[in-house]
Amino acid sequence: MAEVLEKDVQKEELIDKVPKEPLFSKKNRKLLSDPFNDDNPITVQVLGICSALAITVKLQPAIVMTLSVIFVMAAGNVIISLLRNFVPNRIRIIVQLVVVASLVVLVDQVLKAFVYDVSKELAVFVGLIITNCIIMGRLEAFALGNTPWRSFLDGIGNAWGYGIILIVVAFFRELFGSGQLMGFQIIPESWYLANGGFYSDNGFMLLPPMALITVGIIIWVQRSRNTKLIED
Amino acid sequence: MDQNSNGYTYFFAVAMVLVVAASLSFIATTLKPMQDTNVEQEKMQNILSSIKIDVKREDAAEIYGDYITESFVVSASERVDGVDAFSVDMLKEVRKPNTERNSPLYIAQKEGKTYYIIPLQGTGLWGPIWGYISLEEDMNTVYGAVFDHKAETPGLGAEINTAVFTDQFPGKKILDDNGELLGIDVRKGGSTTAYEVDGISGGTITSDGVELMIADCLEAYIPFLKEYLNTGTTSSADL
Repeated sequence: MAEVLEKDVQKEELIDKVPKEPLFSKKNRKLLSDPFNDDNPITVQVLGICSALAITVKLQPAIVMTLSVIFVMAAGNVIISLLRNFVPNRIRIIVQLVVVASLVVLVDQVLKAFVYDVSKELAVFVGLIITNCIIMGRLEAFALGNTPWRSFLDGIGNAWGYGIILIVVAFFRELFGSGQLMGFQIIPESWYLANGGFYSDNGFMLLPPMALITVGIIIWVQRSRNTKLIED
Repeated sequence: MDQNSNGYTYFFAVAMVLVVAASLSFIATTLKPMQDTNVEQEKMQNILSSIKIDVKREDAAEIYGDYITESFVVSASERVDGVDAFSVDMLKEVRKPNTERNSPLYIAQKEGKTYYIIPLQGTGLWGPIWGYISLEEDMNTVYGAVFDHKAETPGLGAEINTAVFTDQFPGKKILDDNGELLGIDVRKGGSTTAYEVDGISGGTITSDGVELMIADCLEAYIPFLKEYLNTGTTSSADL
């Protein structure tokens, strides 16, 4: 027992001697930037695909979803990271699930009270946030073994890496599927066949398979530019 | 304490559940009054919007009284007194057979004309859908309609609350030449008659839901409307 205590004291002394890392050190910055490209949750890890298919018909819900996921993932990562030394190993997944679910309920309740109209956009996605594999994946793979600040950066980075893909996919789907962006008509009415023009909306863009194809195209473009990602 | 022991695990689980439950219920109770106000304002906004008066949700309560002159509950062919029409829970009412329902009817005055607003409640693909349909003085021609939904897919079924869909309703009829209810058919492909509108591409189940909802909810009013058309009054005392 005394030996163990002695070791602990030595360990603590060692920790004290390690120079304090600056908040935005190179390593920490990588946590934010990696999920954009080299380690993107959707295009490289191929996680969170289901919600990317479901909510990218229009731009606005995709943006609302992105903001909510950023909040839930950053806060969830910090909470799990703070609890990491207390969570019993056997029930850690349940603990993660409870944390994520409570944060989502919290977001939903606050939106309903203060920005009711946005909450109506979000209602259908609440379940999707709870079941988003990226969130559980980051809690399990990162937050359980890292400090709160690093977990916070990792959460922001991954949520944003996920969100940027949603926004890009939603941009193309709404533009070509309904000729609009954020509900505003972008393709001039006079171009439409009905008004004597040559254009008609591509209804296929509104269906989920087209989201998968769009994500596929993004993966293709990304890999042709970033040869590191090409597998043999 | 051994973090892998059963005792610790139980302790942790119980503590976590208590903390989460307490904080979530605290937040839910604190925010409830604000949420209720939002829902009420939205309901008034929808009712006004069905007679083509567009107001911001925040202003709906002020303007509501200017247009909606009377509201009461109809059951079978009779007017029911003592029930507040605005607080009737349509979700509960539509579960009853339509002869036993308490169906609210709102009467609006706009530019010297009278409109009758009927609330609708039905089921879409993923959850409840609802709306309001307003009828002109003949109680047959549709003047306006609004729909909303809880969880329909954005871009597909969720399109029922956009103008593209609702703008098709004004001018449609709900009764045939003999005064029997036909309802409004939400069709795939082009609509041709006064009893049809175009459905939403990719939102077939939600479109069908709208059709069923209109037929089901209007049916509860038919005996009353017939009575009214014959006698020209809405007051139970005069019937």
